[in-house]
Amino acid sequence: MLSKRIIPCLDIKNGQTVKGVKFLEIQEVGDPVELGALYAQQGADELVFLDITATHEGRKTFVDLVKRIARNINIPFTVGGGISELSDADALLNAGADKISVNSSAVRNPQLINDLAKNFGSQFVVAAIDAKLKQADDWIVTVNGGRIPTDKRLFSWAKECEERGAGEILFTSMDHDGVKTGFANEALAKLSDSLSIPIIASGGAGAMEHFKDVFTIGKADAGLAASIFHFKEIGIPDLKAYLNKEGISVRM
Amino acid sequence: MNKNKVYSSYSGLRTSDSQVIVIIKYNAGNIRSVLNALNRLGYDAEISADPEVIRNADKVIFPGVGEASTTMEYLRRTKLDELIVSLKQPVLGICLGMQLMCSSSEEGNVSCLNIFDEKVIKFQLPVGNEENIKIPHMGWNTIFDVNSQLFDASLEGEHVYFVHSYYVALGADTAATTNYIVDYSSALQKDNFYATQFHPEKSGSVGERILSNFLKL
Repeated sequence: MLSKRIIPCLDIKNGQTVKGVKFLEIQEVGDPVELGALYAQQGADELVFLDITATHEGRKTFVDLVKRIARNINIPFTVGGGISELSDADALLNAGADKISVNSSAVRNPQLINDLAKNFGSQFVVAAIDAKLKQADDWIVTVNGGRIPTDKRLFSWAKECEERGAGEILFTSMDHDGVKTGFANEALAKLSDSLSIPIIASGGAGAMEHFKDVFTIGKADAGLAASIFHFKEIGIPDLKAYLNKEGISVRM
Repeated sequence: MNKNKVYSSYSGLRTSDSQVIVIIKYNAGNIRSVLNALNRLGYDAEISADPEVIRNADKVIFPGVGEASTTMEYLRRTKLDELIVSLKQPVLGICLGMQLMCSSSEEGNVSCLNIFDEKVIKFQLPVGNEENIKIPHMGWNTIFDVNSQLFDASLEGEHVYFVHSYYVALGADTAATTNYIVDYSSALQKDNFYATQFHPEKSGSVGERILSNFLKL
């Protein structure tokens, strides 16, 4: 049986792992390769590395970092942040990334998803969507780390991403991110029911029960979290043992 | 043999094992991932499309991420197709590599290398799809009924990493079985040809054991 995936996410700034709360107040938490290798050894199913560096020098550092990650880590990993053209994706794939994620750049230029899927295959393309709840069931897609609202809506944009060739959707609820009260399960379930590609849930993990809920109520295929792993609030082996006991299929 | 020099400083490189491992270079993704995995195991390998180099290798790895019909077209154009089927040493096909070693693929309706007399067919969602099954089959799933030197008995039931939309049914050459919508062949073996639908190079320590078993053949 296909397992539900647990995915630690590492935000990278100038080659170091950081974790923001609601995308602000950035704190450093360590070396990404060491941390990633540790998570892999502990049973993480995949890793996501998001480059939040905006500068050109930081970009080069990130590509070098991806090479180091690829050499040292034996599970699949996705990289994202600042990919706005095919050549950005090409550099990261050549450095050894298994998948790339696109967010703001795809909102601005949706054709990017088609181009990436056509050139590298859908399995390489994760469409990351940050959305904010405006009112009941009305989720506004935001860009630039949640700072700028757009005229796109979550469900229609996610469907469009799928149709354009995205292989997975990574949905972050800006209302849940960093507040640790659980994932946006209702919206996640609706996404999962309306799409035929896997959904990665992000934003809101604070307790082991939240993962159980996101896989059952939220019908997600994967659960992504950062701070609870970085700050050792939840250990991956404990989380997997708990989910297994709760009857959820996980890789032990 | 420049590639060997590049990695000569890699820590833990197995210098006592003098076997030559060649990864076939062609227009497919993830070749570098396979090399990285071998390096982590302490082996070096050369990535090459040179028929002479491939023919003289002790082990040949035929990786692959991509689309079947365009990749087969490339293999025919470069005559790598004839070379691969003529190899006598252990050959390991991975993912698309495995599918191309079958008789034909529904992906682009193309005839393939015909090493394994099996057709590659597309997954079909069950009627109603109440369990919300997704295609591609992406993520970690288990292998069972393992029967090949690629697998030792301790690998029965272990998880490995898959990404694919097309599959090979169970048949005479099935070396491991996985269930996704149906029971299907997650590994094949016939004579010196070994193949996995999953990615051992991305399957953590379990994948490393499978690669090790292949390298010890």
